[in-house]
Amino acid sequence: MEQPIITIKGIGKKYNITHQRGGYVALRDVLTNILKSPLNFLKYKAKEIVGLDKKEEFWALRDINFTVNKGEVIGIIGRNGAGKSTLLKILSQITPPTTGEIKIHGRVGSLLEVGTGFHPELTGRENIFLNGAILGMKKTEIIKKFDEIVKFADIEKFLDTPVKHYSSGMYVRLAFSVAAHMEPDILIIDEVLAVGDVEFQKKCLGKMEDITKKEGRTILFVSHNMGAIGQLCDKTMLIENGKLIKFGKTDEVVEKYLSDPKEVTLERWENEGDKFNNEYFKPEKFYISTEEGEIFVNLEGEIRKTTPDLTIGYAIYSEDNTLLYWSYQTDSKESDWPELKMGGNLIKSKLPTEILNSGIYKLELIASLYFKEWIIAPGKDNPTIFINFSKIFDKSKYWVQKRPGALAISNKWEIKK
Amino acid sequence: MKEYVTVIKPKKLFSFADLKEVWDYKELLYFFTWRDLKVRYKQTAIGVLWAVFQPFITMVVFSLFFGALLKVPSDGVPYPIFVYTGLLFWQFFSTALSDTSNVLIVNQAIITKVYFPRLLLPLSTVATKFIDFIVAAVILVGMMIYYGYTPNLIGLLIIPLLLLITFMASVGLGLFLASINVKYRDVRYVLPFFIQILLFVTPVIYPAGILGKYSWILALNPMMGVIQSARAALLGTTVLNWLLVSISLFATASILAIGIYTFKKTEHYFADII
Repeated sequence: MEQPIITIKGIGKKYNITHQRGGYVALRDVLTNILKSPLNFLKYKAKEIVGLDKKEEFWALRDINFTVNKGEVIGIIGRNGAGKSTLLKILSQITPPTTGEIKIHGRVGSLLEVGTGFHPELTGRENIFLNGAILGMKKTEIIKKFDEIVKFADIEKFLDTPVKHYSSGMYVRLAFSVAAHMEPDILIIDEVLAVGDVEFQKKCLGKMEDITKKEGRTILFVSHNMGAIGQLCDKTMLIENGKLIKFGKTDEVVEKYLSDPKEVTLERWENEGDKFNNEYFKPEKFYISTEEGEIFVNLEGEIRKTTPDLTIGYAIYSEDNTLLYWSYQTDSKESDWPELKMGGNLIKSKLPTEILNSGIYKLELIASLYFKEWIIAPGKDNPTIFINFSKIFDKSKYWVQKRPGALAISNKWEIKK
Repeated sequence: MKEYVTVIKPKKLFSFADLKEVWDYKELLYFFTWRDLKVRYKQTAIGVLWAVFQPFITMVVFSLFFGALLKVPSDGVPYPIFVYTGLLFWQFFSTALSDTSNVLIVNQAIITKVYFPRLLLPLSTVATKFIDFIVAAVILVGMMIYYGYTPNLIGLLIIPLLLLITFMASVGLGLFLASINVKYRDVRYVLPFFIQILLFVTPVIYPAGILGKYSWILALNPMMGVIQSARAALLGTTVLNWLLVSISLFATASILAIGIYTFKKTEHYFADII
């Protein structure tokens, strides 16, 4: 059997949080600390050397094991801060692991950012060479590919203009074009397709598909774009809190990722103490849950006075704070209303995910007496939660990523005979 | 086809594989140097002539104040050529040192995104300064012709050695400071001041002999040996003191060793805290 091209054994990466938080330290502060309390400093240093100090440790990655075979395209998904980028940085040798070992057979090219090392003062032509060299291409290789790079980026006219005069679109096109023409055995890509206009993104995805399918290159690919992951990757791994949760066929892993409530909910609201005290309804909990792949909005609270006027629900806002809709338990015809009893009640409602686009949504709990008065008015420090919703665009092969617009609906089209 | 195998493990300290790696990346070293040279004189009217102007103007001012007005001794050679020889090496050293110390900060965008042997950055910085040195040396040649000095054969042969010492001293000290700079940005403020002090304890504007029998103490400062030997070799100010050259060489080798050691030790967390 063929040897795996990448073997990862027990990789872990530890950070000391104190280091991270402070940014950089001024030598002056360290010195004044020593002068002020030399004994404390010595004690601290001694503890540090013996390893007894209470520095907060944070494992960005812990005990990661997997192998990748030649020609495989592996997707890496997970929430922000799960450790995906740390893994890529270790694989690209930017930062060493704290534990474990990685064995890689072949040249690695990594693209953690578009246009690394671009210098604004240099011209497009000069930057192609510089950036290519930084990405690990040989000069002869760059010369050979030069025309192709320029053509793909579509910047022939501005080749001898300093890139500081480029539009951001041109800049990104040129940068991606250089990167796309690298020929390493293994290509490591962080979320770089998120930039650039939609047209160019499509072109890039196409180019990447070409690279993998025709040239049999091995690719590791981090993205939040489930569509692109689904389109490109045979296998996908899910990383959560620094651990490898699942590694297998892309559909299954993406499904697991999206169905896990922890992955959807960014916040859960709970009433601490006596907030929103009133004579009708006191909210207790406001959270998201998932059941059989559907997302539900849950409202929990105490009914103190039953009245048919009481309406409880939520308002939902898109990322730019546009109100999308209000919804109350009284939305449907009266016979279908949930019956609210005195005391604790839990009501829930399905989130209409079929019309929502990918994105972060803000949900506010609202309650009122129908057309009389607000009990909990929207936009006034009311109970709020956020959900980070990733839509699976799996219906059409052309629809691979977040679409423009507040809504994203898969409409049916037919031809008139 | 060549088979590449990379093993990524928790980092160890210096190994000779590192040097080989620098060699493998020599093209990138070239591109970094090329970039620095290209970028430096973009949007300037006289471009690379700045490399000549700075030491030249400094020489004129120093000759006027120290040579003509203060009558600083110059080992029996005309003061302008005396001070210019010193300045030439001094500027190579001091500009290389200050740029090397900042090289990791300046290039942090690349360091956190792409892998390459980090040693390339200080090396390319010094290479850039070396080119400035060559350009500025044209003036020295002109002055030597003007004043009628011909270097002896040993003189010409020792110049590369002196350049090597200057190179090692600036890279060694630069690596050390660059490593500290990653964590403590104070370096940025201390350095210009430090370089200024260093100028005065190095015999650039005065001859080393001024200190009499204690001048050997200054020999621990490698640049003293370099500058004095350069003058001896090119202008015949004194007999070439091989002991002094050896002390300089030894001192710089130690500085370089300490510099590389510190650099390699901190290298693994550059990207995390820079």
